[in-house]
Amino acid sequence: MNKDKTETKDRAINISIKAKPSSQESSKNAESSNGNNVAVNIRNVMFYYGDNLALKGIDMAIARHKATALIGPSGCGKSTLLRCINRMNDLVDGCRMEGAIEIEGRNINDPNWAVNELRKTIGMVFQKSNPFPKSIWENVAYGPQIHGVKNKTELDNLVEEKLKDVALWDEVKDRLDSSALRLSGGQQQRLCIARALAVDPEVILMDEPCSALDPIATTRIEELVVSLKERYTILIVTHNMQQAARVADDTGFMLMGELIECGPTDYIFTNPSQKQTEDYITGKFG
Amino acid sequence: MKAVWDRGDFFIWLTGAALALSLIMVTGLLGIVLKNGLGYFLPEKVYQYNLNDGRSLFVQEKETEAIPDSSKKSSEERLRIKVKKGNRDIDGTDYIWIDKDSIKSKKDILTVVVIERLEWGNFHGQVQEVNFGDKSPVVGEEKAWSYLNELMPFILGKRKEIHEIEKSDIGKISHKIESIRLHLKKLKLNKNLTKKDQDEADKSLVELRLKNDKFEEDLTSLREQLKGYVLVKVSDKVEQKIQLSQLVRVYRPNTFGFLDQMLFSLSKAREFIFDDPRESNTEGGVFPAIFGTVMMVVVMSLFAAPLGVLAAFYLREYAKPGPFVSIVRIAVNNLAGVPSIVFGVFGVGFFIYILGGSIDQLFFPERLPTPTFGTGGILWASLTLALLTVPVVIVSTEEGLAAVPPGIREASLALGCTKAETIFKAVFPAVMPSILTGLILAMARAAGEVAPLMITGVVKIAPSLPVDAVWPLVHLERKFMHLGFHIYDVGFQSPNVDASRPMVFTTTLLLIGIVILLNIVAVVMRNRLRKKLSAGGF
Repeated sequence: MNKDKTETKDRAINISIKAKPSSQESSKNAESSNGNNVAVNIRNVMFYYGDNLALKGIDMAIARHKATALIGPSGCGKSTLLRCINRMNDLVDGCRMEGAIEIEGRNINDPNWAVNELRKTIGMVFQKSNPFPKSIWENVAYGPQIHGVKNKTELDNLVEEKLKDVALWDEVKDRLDSSALRLSGGQQQRLCIARALAVDPEVILMDEPCSALDPIATTRIEELVVSLKERYTILIVTHNMQQAARVADDTGFMLMGELIECGPTDYIFTNPSQKQTEDYITGKFG
Repeated sequence: MKAVWDRGDFFIWLTGAALALSLIMVTGLLGIVLKNGLGYFLPEKVYQYNLNDGRSLFVQEKETEAIPDSSKKSSEERLRIKVKKGNRDIDGTDYIWIDKDSIKSKKDILTVVVIERLEWGNFHGQVQEVNFGDKSPVVGEEKAWSYLNELMPFILGKRKEIHEIEKSDIGKISHKIESIRLHLKKLKLNKNLTKKDQDEADKSLVELRLKNDKFEEDLTSLREQLKGYVLVKVSDKVEQKIQLSQLVRVYRPNTFGFLDQMLFSLSKAREFIFDDPRESNTEGGVFPAIFGTVMMVVVMSLFAAPLGVLAAFYLREYAKPGPFVSIVRIAVNNLAGVPSIVFGVFGVGFFIYILGGSIDQLFFPERLPTPTFGTGGILWASLTLALLTVPVVIVSTEEGLAAVPPGIREASLALGCTKAETIFKAVFPAVMPSILTGLILAMARAAGEVAPLMITGVVKIAPSLPVDAVWPLVHLERKFMHLGFHIYDVGFQSPNVDASRPMVFTTTLLLIGIVILLNIVAVVMRNRLRKKLSAGGF
């Protein structure tokens, strides 16, 4: 068991390094400044809900300015892993995490790093779109306002910029004051992405962002992910393997709380090294 | 039959009938209140009754009923009429029953005048003579009547002046004298009283007394200007002199056309809403009671809303769910069912005696033994009602919090907001409509509550409003009048039940109106919020 895990870890790191040559030019700046291209480093993470072990030692390196997909059957721990990264699991009673997660080399459990500062660095988009019952403008400006931006012009510019980033500006620019709840499901989800972008995160976590959307809205979100990964590190949990294939540079396959395999998406989908991965991808279970 | 049962028609009928019954009861109640209450504002005709015993009366007919009589089985039933005859100063009664058989003749005389006075109720009769100041008396019915009408604005204006001087100028001076007295007493208590202080105080007291005397002189001269009387004839044998300074309103109801009636009603309504009560609350207006009710509800809301909202936030957002929290929640719910008089007793015991008593000893020792806060007052009444209504606010806020989608909290936290920021910036706006709903219910309950107020600060007649021009402008320690208590007092404690009955209904109407108005304001606010927050396009 233990040996297995070490193997998994080695493989994960190997794969991310392997993926390096194929990475885009855009990530080169970051690479040169930081020396490596790992944005989020997950090391031997075990997670318990009470006595129930939900993550059984995950090792994973998530490349900077790329989209990484996590696939796997329901209950395999994808979302739990995602929510470990921005410590949203702290809100659940009686759970605890072992191991370490580093964002740009900094441990998320560093006592000097307040959890709200950490979450500012890591945006999150939820499965069910959850705009605040406020106006569109207020939704986007919410984060910056709380973090101390008061200047109205600055906020206006910010709102416009972020709504343009998610390709929502043209649809809502005339009704920024109307309730966000009047938008369609896809628009709401894009608004939630804009809201997350507004606090300038480095990493964006997406927890099945398209599972409640129709195919057209899904396509738009996917296009958005592709365009955003030039500037942000994206980790996306999805049930939809085609989606992972379409948007992700790297893909990790999880099963029963373990990361079975992680590597470049092409590699995982065409030539998986593990039998379980192959079975899942070909639809033999899950 | 089974098919009908299966279609569920019976349940439609059952639920519909329940709704209809409720509506009928509510509209019936409102109808009775409206009918009786609005009648107060309408002018009534005055008839001259000549009775068999030779008496002659000017009366307004109120109601007719059959005389219960079981001994005689005659086909014709005898009727009696309840009339308002006014002229209480002549024989001590206002309302009497008259057997219809004892009326010899009933005449509708155009020139009969109704005179509303400051004291003794209305006077019905025919104006004979007006005697004003040093001028020669104006005799003759028509001449005297038109002269009286000319004089009325002058009389009312002068009386207003007198009232101003009594209320504000003399009131201010007595307030100053009182504060000098208290200042001296305070210095004495602290053993700081020097000769200089005493002399200064004496000097200003003398000045104030001089000023007071000047105002008193003004008053006397004003009263002098109102000297005069109007002579009114009731019958050949009975005449009455009525001082001009006593007049409030004179009119000839029998000559009224539709427009006159409307104007009269408007003037009555204005008096009712904006004037002080007269004649132990059976006449005049109820302005102090309206003011007291609204102010009490506002002060109550200022205490109940923040307290209830914060408590609900703790219960729902911070407290760890468990048996203790459940017990607290059940206790809060049950608190709403405790009889209100119990809260009143608590208010007297805790707020008035303990809190108020301590405040008096700490801050107003010079006024003792006269209590300042250690007696009933609008502050304590409002606090007592706040306690009474806080469970309502807690329950509805908690329900609102439970209905806020958890995604909103997660989204805010994920944006890097602390829990406090999340609660106040994201959750609070979303729960605002529920808070307002709770506040609406609380206000409606508080405005209609009487029992706890009777022992915590409501009085029959309050000498001054809780807000006036004397520093510090708002006097929360003062006693106040309240519409609910006013209804009880006028309806059941009045020496003149017949005279006060219309007032009871009118006041009820007004109380219902105020509660509806307060609710409408809150409902409009809530709906605007909801519209802003919700998805619906209506």
